[in-house]
Amino acid sequence: MGNRSVVPFGPQHPVLPEPVHLDLVLEDEKVLAAIPSIGFVHRGLESLTSKKDFNEMVYVAERICGICSFMHGMSYCMALEDIMNVEVPRRADYLRTIWGEMSRLHSHLLWLGLLADGFGFESLFMHSWRLREKILDMFEASTGGRVIFSVNTIGGVLKDMPADMLKDFVRQLDEMEKEIRETTAIFLDDYTVKSRLVDIGIISGEDAIRRGAVGPMMRASGINVDMRKNGYGAYNDIDFEVITSNKCDSYARCEVRIGEIFQSIDIIRQCVAKIPDTEINTKVTGMPNGESIIRVEQPRGEAFYHVRANGTKFLDRFRVRTPTFANIPALAQTLQGCQYSDVPLLVLTIDPCISCTER
Amino acid sequence: MGQFLPFSKQVLKNLFSEPATTQYPFVPREYPERTRGHVDIDKDSCILCGMCMRSCPPGAIKVDRAGKTWSINRFDCIQCGYCTEKCPKKCLSITPGYQEPGPEKFVYMVEVPYEPPKPAAKPATPTPSQS
Amino acid sequence: MQELKTDLFLIDKAELLNIIMEKKNALWRLCQICCSYPKAEDHFEITYSFANGQELANYRLIAEREEEVPSISRVYKSAIYYENEMHELWGLHVENIKQDFHDKLYRIDVETPFLEKEEKNDGE
Repeated sequence: MGNRSVVPFGPQHPVLPEPVHLDLVLEDEKVLAAIPSIGFVHRGLESLTSKKDFNEMVYVAERICGICSFMHGMSYCMALEDIMNVEVPRRADYLRTIWGEMSRLHSHLLWLGLLADGFGFESLFMHSWRLREKILDMFEASTGGRVIFSVNTIGGVLKDMPADMLKDFVRQLDEMEKEIRETTAIFLDDYTVKSRLVDIGIISGEDAIRRGAVGPMMRASGINVDMRKNGYGAYNDIDFEVITSNKCDSYARCEVRIGEIFQSIDIIRQCVAKIPDTEINTKVTGMPNGESIIRVEQPRGEAFYHVRANGTKFLDRFRVRTPTFANIPALAQTLQGCQYSDVPLLVLTIDPCISCTER
Repeated sequence: MGQFLPFSKQVLKNLFSEPATTQYPFVPREYPERTRGHVDIDKDSCILCGMCMRSCPPGAIKVDRAGKTWSINRFDCIQCGYCTEKCPKKCLSITPGYQEPGPEKFVYMVEVPYEPPKPAAKPATPTPSQS
Repeated sequence: MQELKTDLFLIDKAELLNIIMEKKNALWRLCQICCSYPKAEDHFEITYSFANGQELANYRLIAEREEEVPSISRVYKSAIYYENEMHELWGLHVENIKQDFHDKLYRIDVETPFLEKEEKNDGE
């Protein structure tokens, strides 16, 4: 039996963009158990429903996370539209889908950069983020914000994208696709990168279900789960296949996310080709009464929304279960039995978004 | 297992291509026209209704009907654009150009030349609706 | 069991563990547990959501203010976080959680911040 010790990991650590703490029980260099603890950035945004009315909550919901801010705003609006029986114009659905897929693109490129940084490939990190920057510029040109877009409203979207702007975006994405292919090929083929990812952090499909994992974590373990197949927004008109992998390791998670980058570009192209010419929002009157449960596929996985209204302008309950919260038990599972030097990498492979987790 | 040095092609390309970044303080950043930088008011069409004050999520806007002023604390403003949506006269707009950082928060105040319509100050009729 | 709306069922405390075991054996995953305290009804509502692929099933349990609810963390390990969260933010008593964080899941000063306190009216 080797030397046992407990090593605290985080909350401040060079690979962690956000604070999460892990207590690692080590035997020599091998991790026997990992006990995650969160809670450094709890803001209590869910309870703001008692101070802000349901229209203002759109802007609060957007600020849950800086990466999937659009998705949070969109799913909150979708939940309230469901409660208030509002039919969203079709163009708004398409616009939401386009912006949603652009969010996925920039989130996955951000993650690839962080992963490269995690295993010490600094220039690959900069290349990923250079590509992401163009998506942010596209967001700024279409919505007016780079991180927080504020285009969602209950009943549709506030800003329209004219046809020439959409065409220009598709042209830019076509150009980018070539560059993304060059950059992502390095993640998939490079000897050094593979030596850090292949067979590290294995979690089987059954374990992933037992731990309640979501998103790319689940799909990399061979489980076909994608909330987009539920057909919210414009996804019921779009033709796409869920990307899965059976390798169950960190490399598979990287592969799934890279596959989703190209899938997102393809979905945006299909949306632009099919987008109908209708209004972009409908007028919503009255107060919400009832409850709604919405599940959407965010870049990091399935996000769960539960909104309960009581007929006044203040909601009774606004519950968000973000994907990272669901992935933390799975993270603890993957850390068991890994080498200490792989811990930072494994923490990154779930794509942690701690501020999102603690809301 | 994998290729050796697949990155070398990109490295060579980088050596002979232009930088992706701009020389920021010397070359100013050009904002697209939709950029939400700050809230502007067209003071001539404002009617001091106070809708923007009531709808502002962080409570940055203050409307004083008696003093005839419209003021905003730009450091509290989150540039969400909800006020511009709510404004019945559409006199508010969000334009590019961010608030520059400063040593302390201050309030930007505009005097609104709005005269309330005369019927509101009619002393002759002693409120017939109540009788 | 009583259906409130699509995929949402109202259950008793006695039924809970049966349902949980059933779901576990059918390899459903635990989506989330949500606690709420609607002001009008004045009791806790705990919603357990399970998912299997695209399917979703929600079970709602009703508990009084001081009532204890059984923990499901021995069946579903990931429930530890949800149950600790409920205890910490809402003050709901959950019996026998597998790993009790003792109010240290979120490092916050306020006790049960999401539950509206009655003492507020006294001016204290």
